[in-house]
Order: sequence, then C-alpha cells, then structure tokens
Amino acid sequence: MTSIQTTERRKAFAFVAPALVWVLAFFVVPFAVMAAVSVSRMEGRDIVHGFFLDNYIRFFADPSLFKGLLISLEITGMVTVISVLLAYPLAWIIAMQVPARWQRLALMLAVLPFWTSYVVRSYAWLLVLGQNGVINKALMGMGLIAAPLEIASTRTASVIGFVHFFVMLLTLTIYSNLIQLSPNYARAAADLGASAFSTFRHVILPLTLPGVVTGAFLTFVLCIGDYITPQILGGNNELTLPQLIMLQLGRRGDFPMASAMSIILMAVVTLAYFACARWLKLDRV
Amino acid sequence: MGRVVSWIYLFVLYGFIFLPVAVLVLFSFQDGRLPVPPFKGPTLKWYEAVLGNGDLMAALGNSFLVALLSSGMALFLGFLAAHALSRHRLPGSVLMRGILIAPMTVSYLIIALGLLTVFNRIGLPPSLLATGIGHVIINLPLCFSILYAAMGDHQKNAERAARDLGASEAKVLWLVSAPMLVAPMLAAFFLSVTFSWDEFIIAFLLTRFDVTLPVEIWSMLRSGLSPKTNAIGSLVFLASISILIVLEFTVFRKVRK
Repeated sequence: MTSIQTTERRKAFAFVAPALVWVLAFFVVPFAVMAAVSVSRMEGRDIVHGFFLDNYIRFFADPSLFKGLLISLEITGMVTVISVLLAYPLAWIIAMQVPARWQRLALMLAVLPFWTSYVVRSYAWLLVLGQNGVINKALMGMGLIAAPLEIASTRTASVIGFVHFFVMLLTLTIYSNLIQLSPNYARAAADLGASAFSTFRHVILPLTLPGVVTGAFLTFVLCIGDYITPQILGGNNELTLPQLIMLQLGRRGDFPMASAMSIILMAVVTLAYFACARWLKLDRV
Repeated sequence: MGRVVSWIYLFVLYGFIFLPVAVLVLFSFQDGRLPVPPFKGPTLKWYEAVLGNGDLMAALGNSFLVALLSSGMALFLGFLAAHALSRHRLPGSVLMRGILIAPMTVSYLIIALGLLTVFNRIGLPPSLLATGIGHVIINLPLCFSILYAAMGDHQKNAERAARDLGASEAKVLWLVSAPMLVAPMLAAFFLSVTFSWDEFIIAFLLTRFDVTLPVEIWSMLRSGLSPKTNAIGSLVFLASISILIVLEFTVFRKVRK
C-alpha cells in the first residue's frame, strides 16, 4: 500500500469517527450496560451486580408479567394482519385505478393524519370511541343501541388506534411497490389467458410480497414496542409489555427488571426479523 | 361494478383515516367544557387559552430547540460518515455501516431506557440536553442512510476534479459535495425534525423540569378530555401540514428528479 493511500484512509476514518463514537457512546454502551443491569439484583433500593437470571426467571414464572408479552403479541399480530388486509386494496386502488395525475394527491391525503402528533392522534381516538364519544352518540342518536358501547379502555380501542396508524404506513410502502411494477407483467399474464384474479394471485401478489413483508415487519416492530397507544386507549385491564416496563421504572424504580424485559422485547423483535429475513428489503423502505 | 366497489372502498377507508382528525379539529372550536357531541360553538377561546399558556409555549420552544439542534447534529455526523464510507474502501466498512444503522432496529423505549441507565450513573440529570442526545441517536441512522444512498458516481468525479485542482478536503466537502446534495440533505434534515418533534418516550424518560411538547400534552391528558388539548393538537397538525406543503413544492420535487 502506498503512503498516499494510507493518509487517505486515515482521513476517511477521521470522517467516520465522530458518528461512530456517538453511536458507540450513546447506543452500544448503554445497551451493554442495560444488558448487565438485566442480570443484576435489586436488594432494597440498591442494584447488586453479578450474573443472576432472577429477573428472567421471574418474568416467565410470574403470570402477571408473562401475560404482558402474550397480550403484546396478540395485539401486534391482530394489528399487523388487519392493517395489511386494509392497506393492500387501498394502495392497489390508488396505484391502479386512480388517474395518474391524481395519485400523488390521493396518497398524500391517505397519509395526512400521519402528521398529527402521535400522542394527539391516540387522544383523538379517545374522543371518537369514548363513552360520550362520536360513535356512541351517533349510534344512540340513530336508535341502534340503547346504552353506550364500552370501546375505550379496551383492547379493541388499542387495535383501532394502531390500525389507523399502520394502514397509513403500509399504504405508503405497498403503493411504492405496486407503482414500480411494470404493467407488462399483467399484460403478459392477460395475453396468456389469465383471469384478473389469477393475474393478481400468481403475478402481482408474489412480486409485491417482499414489500408487504417489509411493511408488516415494520408494523410489528413499531407496534410491539409502543407505549402510548395502549396506555391512552387500552386502559389498565390488559397491560402490554412496554406498559409493564414503564410500570417497573415508574412505580418501583426496578431498573434490573425493566432492563430484562426490554431485552426480552428485543429478542422477540430479533426472532421476528429472522422469521421474515428472506423477504426483507429494509434498505428499500 | 368493480369500479364502484373500488370507489366505495376508497371512500370508507378515507373516512376511517380522517375520522379522528376531523373530530379533533371540530371540537377544538367547542363552546363548552367537553370536546364531545353535541357540537356547540364555534369559539376560538381554547386557542386563546393555548396561546396564553406559558407552560405549553415553553414546551413548544423546547421542542423546536431540541428538534433543530439534534437534527442538525445528526445531519452533520451522518454526512461526514456517509461521505467517507461511500468514497473510500475502508477495512471494516460493513461493520461500521452496521453500527451506524443499528439504532434504527431498536424500539425507542429501549434506547431511552439504556440512556437513562447510563446518564443516571454518570450523573447527567434528565434534561433537554439528554433528550437531544437521544434524538441524535434515532435520527443519525436515517440521515446516514439517506445521504449514503444519494452519493453517486458523478459526484465522485466532480470531487476528484476539485481535488486534482488543489482543493483541500474541507473545501471539497463544503464547495463541491454538499451543494450537490442539498435536496437529500434537506429531506433528511426535515424528516429528522419531524421525528424529533413528535418523539415522546425518550423525551418523557429523559426530561424533568423543561419538557418537550409531546410530554406537556401527555400531562394535559391526565386531567381528562378538554377542548384545549384539541386546540393544541390542531395547531401542531396545521404547523406540520404547512411545513409539508412547503417541502412538497420545494425540496421533494427536486429529490424526485
């Protein structure tokens, strides 16, 4: 290697170094510390370091904690499936049936509420779903129900709030996939005698599957780690994993347990990643 | 027939998407104590209350400060790293790219908890500074990957020409590379600003006395439903939409070309 190359390289390292140091100091190191704390013990108010698996064992043995993981998984699974099923047709209609020059507007409108603050959006659903909310008032006004429906502070409300957010996100990702498809594929399938349905089933769907899986994975990751929506909309009957983590921090100041539960949350996300890794194209989101 | 079904579907889904926002905005004009039907009004008194509320306005200012500074930092660090990694074949560059992108794959709650643990130990109290550091972590991967993807070969040639003509590395960066990347840089910056601006959980765990807007709104929610919350929510929405429209007609149009 010539000395010019060496200086060049040294310079290049100098450019990467600040970003790298930042991420190491404020992400990698905190994560390592958190992992270390997760295997420590609380004795009174003090943290005793060591290698104890108490927190992990307690998590899986204590139904009130372990149930949080199950509830999170159930809600996230439901949200992911419903959101994909609602968003795909919407993206398809915008990409295939809305005239080309209106598509961008149609898409921007479809994701407009994205730009309200996240906290405010959950709050807005509370206004819609609450006891005196718009839906109950409307249904009672029409005489369809006698007493208000209990939607707010239930799992249903969390799911609705989540689905609202992720339908927007998925419409974006699926649309960008559909629009990249050359119309020649569909045309060729039609020329070869395929019906509209089998064209979709055997040509369009497989081609857009990577985009759908990527969007679904993002939905899974963001949904399972979210604290705000279940906290505002879900009430206190069924706590999700992030809610339980916050509970450990807030009421108990139990950092070891909160850390252990965070590591478990991350392990779940990692498993989900490997489950759909072969279809994921994260760099193309 | 298929067309009619499509339009009905479109209509229903748009209804679902817009319902909460419409309710939010409508009842911000509610002339009563509760933002629920029946609608009485309109009145602007809740907007007055919001604009006259010192805590809220302070939180708004804090949010702007944190969003602008942390996004600027993320953009700066991301630009330097993307420049170096796209121009030079460095040993371990795959690993370095992996480290820079890694925070993107972890939920904000975990990032916040990690920072809280470390800051507690080194004695950095919860503050806007702590929150800003966290926001750089969530936005750096974003800025880095946008800029890394945008640095193409024609820029490489222009940079080489400048270097051959005797420009220093700093001059190359400032006078050649950066101007060619204005559009993606603005896109990365404003995306970061929106993420930071709207981020809740890191700000919630890492601030105490000076809080950001989402945290302040959160504490307003504790006292129950109020048209005041609708008003501040509508204002935030209006601000984001305005920024978006400006961007649409300036930056993003260029990015797409």
